[in-house]
Amino acid sequence: MAESIKDKVAFIGMGCTQFGERWDVGFKDLVIEATYNAYEDAGVESKDIQAAWIGTQSGSTAAGTLVAPLKLRAIPVARVENASGTGHEAVRNAAYSLMAKAFDLVLVVGCEKTKDAGFGGLGTGPGGAGVGVDEWHPTYLYGTASTPPARFALAATAYFAKYGLTPEEGKRMLAKISVKSHYYGYRNPKAHLRKEVTVEQVMNAPMIAWPLGLYDCCGVTDGAAAAIMCRSEDAKNFRDDYVNIKSLGACSGPGMGKVLSDYDWTYSEEDIAAAKMAYKDVGISDPRKEIDLVELHDCFSISEVLAAEGLGLCETGKYKEQITDEDAYYLDGIIPTNISGGLKSFGHPTGASGVHETYENYKQVQGKADYPERQKKKWKTDQRLCLSHNRGGAPGRAVSNVTIIGLP
Amino acid sequence: MVGIISYGAYIPIYRLSRDLLSQVWGKPAGPGERAIANWDEDSITMAVEAGVDCLTGLDRQCNGLYFASTNPPYREKQCATTVAAALDLPEELFTADFTNSLRSGTNALKAATDAAKGNPGDKMLVLASDNRLPAPDSPLEGQLGDGSAGFLIGTDNVAVEIEATYAVYSDFMDTWRIENEKYPVTWEDRFILVEGYQKMVPKAVNRFLKQHNFSQNDFSKLVLFAPDVRRHQAMSKTLGFDYKSQTQPAFFNNVGHTGCAFVPMMLVAALEDAKPGDRILLVNYSDGVDVMSLKVTEQIENIRDRRGIKGHLESRMPLSHYGRYLHFRDIMEWEFERRPPYVSALPVMWRERKQVTSFYGGKCNNCKTVQYPIQRVCAHCQAKDDFEEINLSSWKGTVTTFSLDQRTMVKDLPCVNLIVDFDKGGRYICTMTDRDPNEVKIGMPVELTFRKFHDGSRLHNYSWMARPIRVK
Repeated sequence: MAESIKDKVAFIGMGCTQFGERWDVGFKDLVIEATYNAYEDAGVESKDIQAAWIGTQSGSTAAGTLVAPLKLRAIPVARVENASGTGHEAVRNAAYSLMAKAFDLVLVVGCEKTKDAGFGGLGTGPGGAGVGVDEWHPTYLYGTASTPPARFALAATAYFAKYGLTPEEGKRMLAKISVKSHYYGYRNPKAHLRKEVTVEQVMNAPMIAWPLGLYDCCGVTDGAAAAIMCRSEDAKNFRDDYVNIKSLGACSGPGMGKVLSDYDWTYSEEDIAAAKMAYKDVGISDPRKEIDLVELHDCFSISEVLAAEGLGLCETGKYKEQITDEDAYYLDGIIPTNISGGLKSFGHPTGASGVHETYENYKQVQGKADYPERQKKKWKTDQRLCLSHNRGGAPGRAVSNVTIIGLP
Repeated sequence: MVGIISYGAYIPIYRLSRDLLSQVWGKPAGPGERAIANWDEDSITMAVEAGVDCLTGLDRQCNGLYFASTNPPYREKQCATTVAAALDLPEELFTADFTNSLRSGTNALKAATDAAKGNPGDKMLVLASDNRLPAPDSPLEGQLGDGSAGFLIGTDNVAVEIEATYAVYSDFMDTWRIENEKYPVTWEDRFILVEGYQKMVPKAVNRFLKQHNFSQNDFSKLVLFAPDVRRHQAMSKTLGFDYKSQTQPAFFNNVGHTGCAFVPMMLVAALEDAKPGDRILLVNYSDGVDVMSLKVTEQIENIRDRRGIKGHLESRMPLSHYGRYLHFRDIMEWEFERRPPYVSALPVMWRERKQVTSFYGGKCNNCKTVQYPIQRVCAHCQAKDDFEEINLSSWKGTVTTFSLDQRTMVKDLPCVNLIVDFDKGGRYICTMTDRDPNEVKIGMPVELTFRKFHDGSRLHNYSWMARPIRVK
């Protein structure tokens, strides 16, 4: 009989590199930087690690990306890939191995080195999306995909039309999201884009894929984050302020939205399903009232809208009224969202993002956010429930991961 | 009786004005404009367009397909087979390419006529398509145009009888292109015209008229090859025809000289205005002369609903920047592309040819849901391997949502990404071609067109794109 993972697995140390255009380091350096940052936080060393997972979209083998740089010895290590859900997926695999009592102490690293490619943009060229055999298909770039911003722009156009927003109103709603993301990115020392922007700047920025402009798109970023995990029953041996996994939700969509006409491109059924799974274990019925802090997948501003609605942070189609108009997503708002700066401003090295989001929530729960002004002080729940979410792929076919963590 | 059962034509939507050429090169380039194939078009895709137009309202059935072009996208590998697959013609089909000569189109027409004569009841589809590449800043740059024409030839339901054909060959060099050359070459025009065109055409036409006891007055229209408008007028007069009343106007000012499709396209234009009983004299030149006499029957009234020349001429979009033309034809050496190149895989193309080239989708036998690409497990009811393959290439749909991608690696940005829902069910994620990005709207009606997506892995990778309904 399957069991709930609630309060059975804990984070006892986490680390995160400086995100950004890391011309100074390579993939392996990022792995070392994040891992040793986590080791220091947990008070452990490589020799203590019994198994490890590396989450990366573009990296090569587990041996090459994790075992070799860290010189891990004779332990099982696996590479995990699940598009933008890669980091969360690595955490999920590690968590269940602990719950199954296969190991006592494990390491998870998410890492991506994007900036050595020689061209800008996220997946703007053939081969950029790292989708393996699909790329060999003669019609791959058309018909099944284009650039990521163009795929998300399809959702923005559809959302504006469905909810009666003029292009100007729609772009303004999205611009406010990016202004908020940059507000917090500016206040986060490890973030990639540390610059505040105005609504006018966002709205007048060069067009990337109508209706999305430059500031509607996340940074193309190098970075890594790491987690040291054990069972909660052992966590006290390492530290008092460990943080427990409350629930894990995950859903891989079959991509029916790309085939069936009843999908209207304004939501992600994968987000809805992953959230439902995660909320069940914690007993959450109204996430807007019962979750303290959210890090969600905002690779593009419209993605934040789809995710917030899919996660139930506002009613479907009411994002503008219930989130942007109310400034609900700021730290002192009803449902603070992406206080790290989000993928938008903190950066989105795909394999690292899920682990970084977890790192952000872990620090917030402990009261140790990287910049004091961003530290959440008033909590709705005693457990300090923090949700992190990634969505890999694009509307129409995606994979969604939801992780909720909090105090024991 | 052998002759034309049906006809069709195609002119690409983009037009390059000669004013623009004049501005670019700082010298007069004459009046009017030329039709320019879009970046995703070539002689194969334009032949498919003419074929679709020609087979409007008819079964996709014939016994042979002749593809004619001086600019076939493959120099080794038959192009007619790709055209046949795109048109979803039956497997038992004789295919052949006619190439190299500006007379290839009428060469193929004569060969098809002879084939149909020898095999009564058979139908031969002839598709002449050309997009010759003139050297920048050459006289030809202002003269050439792109387009195609198609004829279904057979012995039943003949709309235009092909009464007689005549051909002579000549090893005279008019224009030519040696191996590995990009642009056509010619000689001093005095020699080309005086020793070639002006001698050979009258000689052949007079012999033909004499052989069949025809006089000029027996013909209501002369469809005549010429290198330019001045020579067109002069030759019409030399042959004893009245230019205004008897000679089919050539498209020098609004399409340009469309190579081996030039005379076939003029024939389509003549047939669009022809009445039963009209007789047409067709004269094509280059590497010799083709002469034909054609007589219009009552059946012509049954094939009026083609887009043809008139429909496509009216539907036009100016190509406003010469730089975009340079990109379309890949004429310059460009900045190094750091992004990885397009790739393709022949086994995939072959395995999925029915959906990629012929554009079949699946219709679930259990729940009747149409799905593209074909899903072995139904996306709606999960029935496994229980579907009917249906051809969607002629289906129309509407835009459900769209985006305008400024960053992807195509020659005509922005790349218009679409979700299209077909009127008869089914969804297609695709891009839109032949479009004005500012006019794209949710709910916009679209149709499909066979285009070249890219040249990854040194293959021409063709499939179907959406476009706004070209001719309403």
